[in-house]
Amino acid sequence: MASVPQSYQSPGAPAKPVNVSIRVDKVGARPRTINAIRAVIAVIIACIMLIPVVWMAMTAFKSRPEAVAAPPVVFFTPSLEGFASLLTNRRQATPAELEAERQRTDLSWADELALRRGQIVIGESDFVRQLINSIIITGVSTFLSVTLAVLSAYAFSRFPMPGKDDLMFFILSQRMLPAVVVTIPIFLMYRSLGLQDTHIGMILLYTAFNLSFAVWLLKGFIDEIPREYEEAALVDGYTRLQAFRKIVLPQAATGIAATTVFAAIFSWNEYAFALMLTSNVARTAPPSIPLVLGVGGIEWAAIAAGSLAFLIPAVLLTFALRKHLLRGVTFGAIRKG
Amino acid sequence: MSQAATERLTAPPATTARKSGRRHLSDRQILMLFILPTVTLLILMNLFPLIYSLYLSFTDFSVISSTAPVWVGLDNYVQLVNDPDIWHNFATTGRFALLSVGLETVIGFGLALLLRNKFRGSGIVTTLILIPMMLSPIVVATFWKLIFNPSYGIFNYLIGFTNPNTAPEWLGEGNLAMWAIVIVDAWMWSPFVMLLCLAGLSAIPDYLYEAASIDRASAWFQFRRITLPQVMPLLLIAILFRTIEAFKQFDLVMGLTGGGPGNATETVSVQLYQLAFQGQFNTGLSSALAYIVLVVIIAISNLLIRALNRAREG
Repeated sequence: MASVPQSYQSPGAPAKPVNVSIRVDKVGARPRTINAIRAVIAVIIACIMLIPVVWMAMTAFKSRPEAVAAPPVVFFTPSLEGFASLLTNRRQATPAELEAERQRTDLSWADELALRRGQIVIGESDFVRQLINSIIITGVSTFLSVTLAVLSAYAFSRFPMPGKDDLMFFILSQRMLPAVVVTIPIFLMYRSLGLQDTHIGMILLYTAFNLSFAVWLLKGFIDEIPREYEEAALVDGYTRLQAFRKIVLPQAATGIAATTVFAAIFSWNEYAFALMLTSNVARTAPPSIPLVLGVGGIEWAAIAAGSLAFLIPAVLLTFALRKHLLRGVTFGAIRKG
Repeated sequence: MSQAATERLTAPPATTARKSGRRHLSDRQILMLFILPTVTLLILMNLFPLIYSLYLSFTDFSVISSTAPVWVGLDNYVQLVNDPDIWHNFATTGRFALLSVGLETVIGFGLALLLRNKFRGSGIVTTLILIPMMLSPIVVATFWKLIFNPSYGIFNYLIGFTNPNTAPEWLGEGNLAMWAIVIVDAWMWSPFVMLLCLAGLSAIPDYLYEAASIDRASAWFQFRRITLPQVMPLLLIAILFRTIEAFKQFDLVMGLTGGGPGNATETVSVQLYQLAFQGQFNTGLSSALAYIVLVVIIAISNLLIRALNRAREG
């Protein structure tokens, strides 16, 4: 910002440069009080809205009886029991086995927690595998859909083509379809192709599912890169592909990053397809979180622990993406905010 | 707009001189190369299955039986239209959409009005409010189930019912269960409406309010004649988005009630899932229902996409 030296000021001008214009209707004490009240109400509402999330995070660190205590327990000693139940399979041990376990000194934290409840760990739970499935399927499908989307978004942004609007409409309309509607024929198709309950099947599906949204979002970002940059490069003897790689891609980096994160969140959170198209091999974590059952009854601490694993990335990404959230949730249609 | 004008003036024709002799792809080839993979994948994964299920919707077929589909014409559709349960499902979905979108509009718009003027920490408060929107719906539904639990959930305690024996059983009674789902949906998605309204509010030029206050217009008049009409386009987009999502609602219902108690919260998507993937695996009938849902959704989507296109141009 250019600052004006004091000596250059004409007489009668304000002593300091005026950076903020003052609205006539905002002068005086009343609007300021109203603003303060607004701020306080907003903060209170934000706190109320966060109660469920905080409660869930707290439950994840409660012991089993504390999680289902009535009235609900607010103060407690944190324990990792929920995580241990989530990640391991256990069974009730006989007294002799327990005695033998107690003699050992090489117990892991999960073993010790199980021991305290009279159980021994017999292996890692399905949830571990499902979490790994989630990571693989989310990772690969996000990479594929963003790669394909960058290419077609560039083409849609830069080249004239007949029926472009219709094609864009077709692409977006794919996103509007309810998962259940698409799943019935895909279920049959996958069954005859042998893709049912496979990683490849889920990756293909999520790629297609995210592609429509990613194309729209990225087209918005690429539209904002001035064409002059590429055209100058073309004049300098770059080929179209070189110009795309060396000029457009670096310029679109922010947009590509934001799109990647949105696509990843959608795949990571997806439930309906996973519920209907996977059973054992390729099942991801979301359909199994409501079904985490311990030995004898629902283990709320374990469910909360699993939910926390899903919550933390989403919270971090919300903060990382806050400038692009508006674009992301409106398919790139609305940019300001 | 002067920038756009200079752009048009200085932009050379699309095909500029390139070094001759170097092997390169023409723009047309690049266009094809860039777009074909996307279009192919979408046709394979979306369009083809849809055509296939259109055929199935005219047949009597079950994926778990070994018999081939038998053509039955419009029988499936006739059966669905005459089934009061299906009408009930549509009514439930409509009621859910109306209640949740209504609540989200009011809360979202209200929050946006609260947060439109910056104060210290307003950025963080806004982002915190946006968190629920980014969470996995099924995970949200699962932990709200704990919160709604009549004996050890905190919801009843927070709203003042401290005795578990007299407290309402949110997920156990038909009408309350519907409201429970509406509350969770509003908790998750009011921030979405807020986000769009904030964008609309920030675009209102200050001079409109200045002029109004010089004319001594009342706050209510300013709200009705300036704020509301200026935010309306974005608010409409938010409402359309939420309406479509509400008609598709599946995750929250499955996680919270599974359609129960009885079929009090059975939305069309849940009914469709049960018809297609549980019990009889009635593929033919469920394909027909899927098509009915599809037509409804496409009708609403059409409105939405038109509104979006207008927003992009404006």
